[in-house]
Amino acid sequence: MDKDINIKVKVWRQNGPKEKGHFETYSLEKISQGSSFLEMLDILNEQLINEGKDPVVFDHDCREGICGMCSLYINGHPHGPDRGITTCQLHMRRFNDGDTITVEPWRSAGFPIIKDLIVDRTAFDKIIQAGGYVSVNTGGIPDANAIPIPRDDAEMAMDAAACIGCGACVAACKNGSAMLFVSAKVSQLALLPQGRVEAARRAKSMVAKMDELGFGNCTNTGACEVECPKNISITNIARLNREFLKAKFRD
Amino acid sequence: MNKINSKIPEGLLAEKWTNYKNHQKLVNPANKRRLDIIVVGTGLAGASAAASLGELGFNVLNFCIQDSPRRAHSIAAQGGINAAKNYPNDGDSVYRLFYDTIKGGDYRAREGNVYRLAEVSNSIIDQCVAQGVPFAREYGGLLDNRSFGGAQVSRTFYARGQTGQQLLLGAYSALSRAVHRKQVKLYTRYEMVDLVIIDGRARGIIARNLVTGKLERFAAHAVVIASGGYGNTFFLSTNAMTSNGSAAWQCYKKGAYFANPCMTQIHPTCIPVHGEFQSKLTLMSESLRNDGRIWVPKKLEDAKAIREGKLRPTDIKEEDRDYYLERRYPAFGNLVPRDVASRAAKERCDAGYGVGNTGLAVYLDFAEAIGRLGRDVVEARYGNLFQMYEKIVDDNPYETPMMIYPAIHYTMGGIWVDYELMTSVPGLFAIGEANFSDHGANRLGASALMQGLADGYFILPYTIQNYLADQINVLRFKTDTPEFEQAEKEIKDRIDRLMNIKGTHSVDHIHKELGHIMWDFVGMGRDAEGLKQAIEKLKELKKDFWTNLRIPGNKETLNVELEKALRLADFIEIGELMAHDALDREESCGGHFRVEHQTSEGEALRHDEQFAYVSCWEYQGEDKAPEMYKEPLNYEFVVRQQRNYKS
Repeated sequence: MDKDINIKVKVWRQNGPKEKGHFETYSLEKISQGSSFLEMLDILNEQLINEGKDPVVFDHDCREGICGMCSLYINGHPHGPDRGITTCQLHMRRFNDGDTITVEPWRSAGFPIIKDLIVDRTAFDKIIQAGGYVSVNTGGIPDANAIPIPRDDAEMAMDAAACIGCGACVAACKNGSAMLFVSAKVSQLALLPQGRVEAARRAKSMVAKMDELGFGNCTNTGACEVECPKNISITNIARLNREFLKAKFRD
Repeated sequence: MNKINSKIPEGLLAEKWTNYKNHQKLVNPANKRRLDIIVVGTGLAGASAAASLGELGFNVLNFCIQDSPRRAHSIAAQGGINAAKNYPNDGDSVYRLFYDTIKGGDYRAREGNVYRLAEVSNSIIDQCVAQGVPFAREYGGLLDNRSFGGAQVSRTFYARGQTGQQLLLGAYSALSRAVHRKQVKLYTRYEMVDLVIIDGRARGIIARNLVTGKLERFAAHAVVIASGGYGNTFFLSTNAMTSNGSAAWQCYKKGAYFANPCMTQIHPTCIPVHGEFQSKLTLMSESLRNDGRIWVPKKLEDAKAIREGKLRPTDIKEEDRDYYLERRYPAFGNLVPRDVASRAAKERCDAGYGVGNTGLAVYLDFAEAIGRLGRDVVEARYGNLFQMYEKIVDDNPYETPMMIYPAIHYTMGGIWVDYELMTSVPGLFAIGEANFSDHGANRLGASALMQGLADGYFILPYTIQNYLADQINVLRFKTDTPEFEQAEKEIKDRIDRLMNIKGTHSVDHIHKELGHIMWDFVGMGRDAEGLKQAIEKLKELKKDFWTNLRIPGNKETLNVELEKALRLADFIEIGELMAHDALDREESCGGHFRVEHQTSEGEALRHDEQFAYVSCWEYQGEDKAPEMYKEPLNYEFVVRQQRNYKS
């Protein structure tokens, strides 16, 4: 049964990209365990506004685990201690009366801090822009059933396509690598006949863009897979490596 | 009345769109390069339009308020997308998809628009497959279909419970390619704050850079609004937190008509409200009603005991349960359309039979399905939804029935557009949920995705050229004209006014108030008395907002409270217009239910002879009553009938 709990939250406050950041600790009383983690932050902000202070800013939008906007490094885990969910799906019943909860932004060279808990993830958009698509224009397309696709291939492609682009994999990685994110898109499209045509070019250009933007290398620690809210598998990274090598051999 | 010209082409239904395309004006490739188009929003409609227009050679500027175009709320759509492919050979056709959509909308949509929507639906599926959207497939490798509410055929294509996500990522990938090829310039974390009109035409926008807080000016030959619906007027809805109606409202204030504002959709299967701190409502897919049975206790004392926690639902004996949908609608049972199911739940709860600690919930019970099919089958069908429910509510739906309650989900009303998707302001277009065009008074499941992509991929890229063909000699605009100066000054003053209130209430505090008023008086059941009260209450709330609001921080920086305040100021006014429109429409149709207008059995009662029109509201100025024009809905091809789900 859900109870009301009293907690402390230790939150990273930073006024801008160039400013020095620090932790600030706030006390919250009578937080219902039935509330979500972000609702707890809403309550904190209401409290701060009523005290005439600046509320804590954080990214969030759909609040149902699909848009990928929310982030937060909670008690040392991207998206908090629960597995397979985003921060917005985390509920306060995961915490106990008297807990101090530490909340930080994603920390990675690829994601500079904008303010407080908000980071800049446009690097992910740039990687997709480098080749994360099938090069077709609108219109003039043959019938959708013209190319049969084995069901298992479609399902595997769907597994990879479930990535929400939140950046937890980068935040979890000690090298700040974006390999899980890149490999999910490369895999999805490499597994489908529509995407095969450009598979080599895609793998090369996306990896090159990732390197250029300051993301680290993959050393197979597997932390990304563990922390991924959508359970994207690191077998995708193996597939990316295969596509990448094939492309290099062809050069 | 003659102010409204919907520009529906002449001819038979099936010929209208072809005729239009054959005779419209086009822009040649060399001239396309000289024309700029602003697209506001990157959801299914916005992203698909921006990508398609960029590919054609126009110079596109695309704006979104999130950090990436991929966050738009289209991403949260679960169920699927309709198309008239007839792959299952079950008798589907373009005409049937058209007919079901018209009927589902309770005969308050335009025939010509809806037929065109059904016509292009098949191309959408082809397009998405080519982009690499991993739709569900059969073992033979061909595409799978499922059935959805309001149809007798299986025409819904899906990608697990994440169809919206996959379609949006498809459109996002097309958009990303266009950005890479420098056909589209992307502005993320930018919010449109005003529309700029020069010589009566839409020529640009003022946008606020949400990171720096600076106001910036952007000029173009045409402006396309794809900013979604205004469901968050109710504070609690299934919309995302930043979904808002402000871009549409700015257009309204600059002369674009707002059509059918009262037509909102309430989805019957959402997780009930659990406390004051609640920030949004979560939808559980409509598909659950295929196997779940909806009930409340038959006895008032049982319902009371459940609310007080003295009884559990499993303690209620079978004969003491009221399966009210099966009782009232024997033919359709638990599968009645969304509006009917929502109202029936409210009726039971209002009568005191509601469950949960608030009394605002009904049961959705899978015990019978588990007994009939086995737990494995139920888990295979709905496992992810059950898990989602358990995460939020901390209750196991395999053992105790789920609790559900209706919530605001979608707005059928929106900016008025003609057949070309152009608003009443020349050069200003509206697509997707932001316009009003295709769903009438009620939208069928799996039709929103279809409409967003139809508008963006296959309709606007044609129709906008008919306008732009006359603009090829218009040189690129400078943004230092008096019109831009004026628009920027107005929004700057508005922001200053907000920052200087320095009151005591947070934005959310007032937004919750607004939500209560809207839900109580402009929600599922509306009557003249309540609507008049709502209008009074909204006036007071508006005053409260402009005297007691508190926004911390300053305006020239990232300031989330200021962003929310700007949106809330508009939501309050949208709420007022919704109430006016609901009061004016003295009939019940689809999602708009006027208590005074129901059949003896409690069903929605339309008055076609008086209300078969689109209400188009024109802004007249601050504190002045808006003027309403009627666009008659003349049905040439379909005979209107009373919807019947009983037999």
